[in-house]
Amino acid sequence: MTAPVAITLTVNGERLTRLAEPRETLADFLRRDLGLTGTHLGCEMGVCGACLVMLDGTPVHSCLSFAVQADGSAVETIEGLTESAAVTDLQQAFHERNALQCGFCTPGMLVTAQGLLARKASPSREEIRDALSGNYCRCTGYEAIVDAIETVARRRAASREELPA
Amino acid sequence: MRSFTYERAASPAEAAAAAARQAKAKFIAGGTNLLDLMKLEIETPGHLIDVNGLNLDTIEPTPEGGLRIGALVRNTDLAADPRIRRDYGVLSRALLAGASGQLRNRATTAGNLLQRTRCPYFYDTAQPCNKRKPGSGCSAIGGFSRHLAVMGTSEACIATNPSDMAVAMRVLDAAIETVKPDGAARTIPIAEFHRLPGETPHVENALEQGELITAVTLPKPAGGRHIYRKVRDRASYAFALVSVAAVIGRHGEGRFAVGGIAPKPWRMQAAEAELPRGAKAASAALLAGAKTTHDNAFKLSLVERTLGAVLHEARG
Repeated sequence: MTAPVAITLTVNGERLTRLAEPRETLADFLRRDLGLTGTHLGCEMGVCGACLVMLDGTPVHSCLSFAVQADGSAVETIEGLTESAAVTDLQQAFHERNALQCGFCTPGMLVTAQGLLARKASPSREEIRDALSGNYCRCTGYEAIVDAIETVARRRAASREELPA
Repeated sequence: MRSFTYERAASPAEAAAAAARQAKAKFIAGGTNLLDLMKLEIETPGHLIDVNGLNLDTIEPTPEGGLRIGALVRNTDLAADPRIRRDYGVLSRALLAGASGQLRNRATTAGNLLQRTRCPYFYDTAQPCNKRKPGSGCSAIGGFSRHLAVMGTSEACIATNPSDMAVAMRVLDAAIETVKPDGAARTIPIAEFHRLPGETPHVENALEQGELITAVTLPKPAGGRHIYRKVRDRASYAFALVSVAAVIGRHGEGRFAVGGIAPKPWRMQAAEAELPRGAKAASAALLAGAKTTHDNAFKLSLVERTLGAVLHEARG
């Protein structure tokens, strides 16, 4: 084991300093050191997408990054996105449309959906499917997930139109 | 995972010098391939030099009318850059055909060039592999080789280079800028960057110990239709069985490189000279001397058909 390194980062809006061993992944750091177990570990090789978090606003695999590399960054996990209500409408739509069964993949799905809608307000179903190609779900067959994300895209677009210019 | 020490480099030259001081040092940028390999203990660096803070993440015009892409520009950002989309469409399309959006958010330009093969025997540490353990033998020859190479192989290794991006860069005549541990800079044409396996399949590129990629330059835009067509076992998030990157002119002339068939993007002038005569002639010239296995002989006709589809698209 090599000596832990001090890192300072912002997690879900809270600035914190911790020691991390260089080989500890960001996913393990969030789950073990910070108790943020909403970030799930599935394949641990960047395929399944269960561990996705927002790193400086972009969805990335926390299993493919070392915690020490997140020094100086802002990380948002599903807990933070839930607390800030950033994904409330997505969660509601997933619930309404039955877009989850076991729920293991859902935190990663929500991070991808949030990242997609931030980049593209009204994606086509094909674009939604393409964005989800880095998220595995072994229960739903994806159809309901695509429906839920499409619904939220429409709702967000409609609420933007209602705002005064 | 084995433990290692970690440092953040302050400048490209310092990063290179630090890497030369330790035999088991490696650079880390996006980490999307390296972490994977470290978890499997295929890569076991004793020291990691984090280059993410080196400000190599801009795309700038060159005096020659081309673009200079910083080594740390993420694949997502490179694919979306308006200049790349407009003038180097084949590169944007190749990037978007690779990996998943989530991986592209993190993967860098230089890291993509350095990604290791996805040969299943390279990944299976219980099997011999000359690339992973020089001299141990090749399990792929005589093994399951559907994804493996038909050109540029040797008795020691039939692995393919998995990159989509590199195939497009090859057809665009990109060049790789580096800095060496002594501070000297050099430029390596992409044609000379990836090495064929020969008897040393563990040597995959022209970089020296500690040498750091700082940028990739593209020459002035090439006129013509920019096309990237990738054939794979499922519609997204899979490595190419065969891919074709092409820039085709009005009369069917132009250039093309093929991915998924060799240890490096495969391009030949003699094959490009045949392009106006059609896909059959051009692919025959490209694939002269191919060495196939029972599993991957289909790639020869797949190259011809994929190139045919590309030429058809260029006419349309």
